[in-house]
Amino acid sequence: MPAVRGDGMRGLAVFISDIRNCKSKEAEIKRINKELANIRSKFKGDKTLDGYQKKKYVCKLLFIFLLGHDIDFGHMEAVNLLSSNKYSEKQIGYLFISVLVNTNSELIKLIIQSIKNDLASRNPIHVNLALQCIANIGSREMAEAFGNDIPKLLVSGDTMDVVKQSAALCLLRLFRTSQEIIPGGEWTSRIIHLLNDQHMGVVTAATSLIDALVKKNPEEYKGCVSLAVSRLSRIVTASYTDLQDYTYYFVPAPWLSVKLLRLLQNYTPPAEDPGVRGRLNECLETILNKAQEAPKSKKVQHSNAKNAVLFEAISLIIHNDSEANLLVRACNQLGQFLSNRETNLRYLALESMCHLATSEFSHEAVKKHQEVVILSMKMEKDVSVRQQAVDLLYAMCDKSNAEEIVQEMLNYLETADYSIREEMVLKVAILAEKYATDYTWYVDVILNLIRIAGDYVSEEVWYRVIQIVINRDEVQGYAAKTVFEALQAPACHENMVKVGGYILGEFGNLIAGDQRSSPSVQFQLLHSKYHLCSPMTRALLLSTYIKFINLFPEIKTQIQDVFKQDSNLRSADAELQQRASEYLQLSVIASSDVLATVLEEMPAFPERESSILAVLKKKKPGRVPENEVKESKSPTPVATSNHNNDINASSTNQADLLGLSTPPTSQPHNASSTGVLLDVLGDIYSKPNNNVSAQNSSWVIDPKKFVCKNNGVLFENNLIQIGVKSEFRQNLGRLGLFYGNKTTTPLQTFVPTLLWGDDQAAKLSVQMKSVEPLLEAGAQIQQMINAECIDDYTDSPSISLSFVYNSVPQKITIKLPLTLNKFFEPTEMNGESFFARWKNLGNTNQQRSQKIFKASQAMDLQAARTKMLGFGMQLLDGIDPNPDNFVCAGIIHMRSQQVGCLLRLEPNKNAQMYRLTVRSSKESVSVEICELLADQF
Amino acid sequence: MMQFMLLFSRQGKLRLQKWYVAHPDKLKKKITRELITTILARKPKMCSFLEWRDLKIVYKRYASLYFCCAIEQEDNELLTLEVIHRYVELLDKYFGSVCELDIIFNFEKAYFILDELLLGGEIQETSKKNVLKAIAAQDLLQEEETPQGFFDDQGLG
Repeated sequence: MPAVRGDGMRGLAVFISDIRNCKSKEAEIKRINKELANIRSKFKGDKTLDGYQKKKYVCKLLFIFLLGHDIDFGHMEAVNLLSSNKYSEKQIGYLFISVLVNTNSELIKLIIQSIKNDLASRNPIHVNLALQCIANIGSREMAEAFGNDIPKLLVSGDTMDVVKQSAALCLLRLFRTSQEIIPGGEWTSRIIHLLNDQHMGVVTAATSLIDALVKKNPEEYKGCVSLAVSRLSRIVTASYTDLQDYTYYFVPAPWLSVKLLRLLQNYTPPAEDPGVRGRLNECLETILNKAQEAPKSKKVQHSNAKNAVLFEAISLIIHNDSEANLLVRACNQLGQFLSNRETNLRYLALESMCHLATSEFSHEAVKKHQEVVILSMKMEKDVSVRQQAVDLLYAMCDKSNAEEIVQEMLNYLETADYSIREEMVLKVAILAEKYATDYTWYVDVILNLIRIAGDYVSEEVWYRVIQIVINRDEVQGYAAKTVFEALQAPACHENMVKVGGYILGEFGNLIAGDQRSSPSVQFQLLHSKYHLCSPMTRALLLSTYIKFINLFPEIKTQIQDVFKQDSNLRSADAELQQRASEYLQLSVIASSDVLATVLEEMPAFPERESSILAVLKKKKPGRVPENEVKESKSPTPVATSNHNNDINASSTNQADLLGLSTPPTSQPHNASSTGVLLDVLGDIYSKPNNNVSAQNSSWVIDPKKFVCKNNGVLFENNLIQIGVKSEFRQNLGRLGLFYGNKTTTPLQTFVPTLLWGDDQAAKLSVQMKSVEPLLEAGAQIQQMINAECIDDYTDSPSISLSFVYNSVPQKITIKLPLTLNKFFEPTEMNGESFFARWKNLGNTNQQRSQKIFKASQAMDLQAARTKMLGFGMQLLDGIDPNPDNFVCAGIIHMRSQQVGCLLRLEPNKNAQMYRLTVRSSKESVSVEICELLADQF
Repeated sequence: MMQFMLLFSRQGKLRLQKWYVAHPDKLKKKITRELITTILARKPKMCSFLEWRDLKIVYKRYASLYFCCAIEQEDNELLTLEVIHRYVELLDKYFGSVCELDIIFNFEKAYFILDELLLGGEIQETSKKNVLKAIAAQDLLQEEETPQGFFDDQGLG
C-alpha cells in the first residue's frame, strides 16, 4: 500500500485494497453492498459519529460512486462536514458535494450558508475551498447567493493573489450560468485593469473571465484591447529567464500568451488605434520569427508550448484577415509543418490551413501545397489526419484545380476508411456541382461515386444529380447514355439502378434511336435488376415502366405483363401492389393523349442551394466545411450559433420522388403531389438562416419571372417559402400555393388576402380557398386558387399575406403568376398559313404591337428558346428564314371569345437588342402580350 | 473551456473524472464508455487529437494511465496536452514518482491538486511552485489536527 501523506484514512485504504483484490465483478458488488450496509447502519445508528468517522464514511461513499455505482444517501453527513472546524473534514465534505451534487439539488440551499461562512473566513485556504465549490457546482442559486460577494473579492486591494485567481474563474463560471451577475459601470474598468496585475497567475485567470465578458458586451470592454496587446508584447519579447516559474520549458508564459491572443480574436479589426495595431503586428511577427529559431530544448513540451502560441497567433492572423504579408508567412510556416515528423503538428497544420484557404490573401499560397496535401490524404497512417487532408483539399478547391482534386478524391475513395467515406462522397458531389463547367463531367463524377462508394451515396446526392439532369437539357442525352452503360455492369449498386431507372424513365427516348439501346433493350436491362432490389427501388422502377409505356408504346404489352405478374399485382408490399394495379389500369384505359399528359416529363426544379451542402453542414456542426473565399468581415464579435433548426427531412418519402405516389386520377390532383415533390428535393435540407430578421417587414415581389413558367418558388425569405404549381386549360386556371414555415415557431394569424379590383375581376375572376390561420413550425399548407378568364386583361392579381412571427407582424405582397399568356393554347401551323395570317393581321396598326429592347442578360438563344416554350405559344421552327428568329402562334381562350395571336422575336447579336412583334385580332391583347414578354430577355 | 477530464487505465478502468459542465450521471457514463473505447482502440503513433461530437478530444498516455480532456472548438489542442503534462508533473512531485496506485488510493488528493490547477474548466495557476505551495499549505492544516479516530481505525473501518 503506498504511503499516504497528511491525514490518511486507514479504513478507506483497506476498503480500496479489498475491492482491488476481488476476483470477479460479482465479488466486487458483494463487497460494495456489504460496505454500503455498514455505512448506512453507522449513519442511522444511535451512536453519534465523530467528524473523522463521518469523513471516512463519506469518502468511502465517494469512492464507491466513482467506481460507477449509484449513491442515494450520505448527502446530509457530507453537508455536516462543511461546518466542521477541521480542515480535512471540511475538504472531504466539499469534495463529496462537488462530485455528487447535481445543480438542481435541494441540498444546495443547505450548503449555501456553510459556503458563506467559509467565504468570509480570514484564512485564504478556506476561502478558496468555498470558491472552488461554487465554481464546481455553478448553479443559478449559487449565482444569486454569491453574485455580490465575488466581484468584490476579485477587485479588492486586500484580497490575496491566490484568492483573486479563484475568484476570477469562479465569477466566470457563475457568469456562464447567469449573465446578469456581472456589475457594469466602474467595475468594468477595474476588471479590465486586472490585465495589468503584477501576478501572472492573476492575469491568466482574469484573461479567461474578460474573454467571456467581451463576448457578451464587446463595446463596454473595448479598453482591454490595448492592455492585452501591451501585455502580450512584454511576454513575447521577454527572455525565458524573466518570467521565472511562469516560463514553461523555455517558453515564456504560453498559457497567458494563448489566452491574450484568443481575447484579441473577439475584435475585428483587433485594434482601431494604428499604434496598437502596429504593436500587435510586431508581436505576431516576433512569434513567427521565433518559430524559425532553433529549439531551446529537445523536449516535446518545449515544442508543444512554443507551437501552441504560434498556432494561436496564426488563428489571430486569419481572424484579422487584413495583413497579406502575415497571412502568407503563416501559410509558409504551416507548409513546413506538413512534413514534420510529429503527427500532431501535421494534423494541426492541415486544420489551420483550411482557414487560410478561405482568405483571399492566402488562398493562392495554400494552393501551392496541393501535392503534399494529396499525399497526406493518401499516405497518412492516422485516419483523423487523412480526414483533415480531405477537408483541406475541399477548402482549397476552386475552378482552377477542381478537376484534379475531384479526381484525386475519387481515386482515394476506393480505399478510403469507412468512417470518412460518406462525408467524402458529399464533398465530391458538392465540388463537382459547384465547379462544373461541363455538366457531362458532373454526371460522370456522380456516377463514379455511385460505382465506387454506392453504399455511402445518400439520397440527397442522387436526388441532386436527377434535379440537375432534369434542369439542364444539354446533358439529358449524355446522362441517359451513361447510365445505360453503367447499368450494363454485372453487379451494379442499387443506387445506380435508382438513378438509371429515373433517368431512363424521363429521357430514355433520347437514346432509343440506337439499336443497342432500343426501348426493349432498355427495359430488359432495367428489369434484369428488378428482382435484386429493395421494394423502394422496385416502386421507382414500376414508375419508370409506366413512363416507358408513354415513351415507347411498342413495348406496352411487355410492360403490362410485368405489372400483371403475381409478384407485383399481389405483392405483399402494399405500395408495389398499388402501383402495379393502378399503372396497369392506367395503361389499359387511358388514351395516348391522357397518358402523354399524365406521364409528361418532369418540370424543371427550382434552382436553389444544393441540399447536399446542408447535409454536410449538419454532419459537422462547429467544424468548417467551407469552400468559399471570404472577402470581407463583419465588424461584430463572433457570435456562437451552431444549432441547425432544420425543418427536418421527415417527409423524405422516396416514393414521392416521381410525383406518382398518389394515383394520377384527374389532372388538377397532380398539384398536390408536386407540392410534396418540391419539398422532397428542395429546401427542407437547406438550413434556414438563424438570425431571422424579425422586424416588421413588407415585401413586394415581381412576378415577371413566372411569365414563362408555371411552377417553382414564388417567394422565399428566412421565415417562409411560398411555392406555386399551376395549370391551365382553355379559359380556366388552377393554382396551388404552398406555404412552408421555415422557422421553429408557429406563424400566427396567418391570412392571405386577394388584391384584385372589381373591374378587373370582371375580366378575370379569381376564387381563393381559405386556409387555417396558423402555420405550425416546419409545416407546409396549401391553398387552392381557381381563375377564369372572361375577357382580356392587363397585369395580374396579387395576394397580400400577413402573419405574426415572434409577435412581430409581417406582411408580404406577391403577384400571382396569372398573366394573360397563361390562357394560351399553342397552335401548330405551317409556313404558308403563318405568313398568310401574319400579313392579314398586319393590315391595321391597331392589331400589332412592337417593342425594341436591349438584352438585359447575355444573349443565350438556348435559354431564350426555353423561355419561349414556357410562354405558352407554339414555337414554330423552320418558318422564319433566319434560324435565330423565333416565331410562335397561339390562341388565347376567354369565356366567350378566342383571340388568335402571332409573334416574332428577332435577336440582334451585334447590337445586343431584340425586336418583338405581336399581331393579333385584338389590339389590347397584342399590347399586353408584347408587354409581358418584353422584359424577359 | 475544458468540459471534462478523464483518467483511465489501459484496461479501461476509470480512475478519475472531473466534469466542468453539468450532465446527468447516465450521460456521463455513456460519454465515458464511448471515449474509453475509442481511445484504447487507437495506435500509439496516432495523433493525440480527435474530433468527437462538437468537441475536440486531447489525450495522452503516461505509463499505464490515459489522460483525456474534452475541449471546445476554440481551445488550443497543443496547450491542452501541456495542461495534462503539468498535472502529471504535479502528481509526480507530490507523490514522488507517481503511479496508478497512488491515484487509486489517494483519489481525493488527485482531486485537490486538480482543483488548484484548473477551475471551472480554465487554467488557474500554471506555476508548478505555486500549486505545490497551495497543496503543502492544505496538508499543513491537516497535520495540525490530531487524528482523533486513530485508535479505533486499525483496519476495523
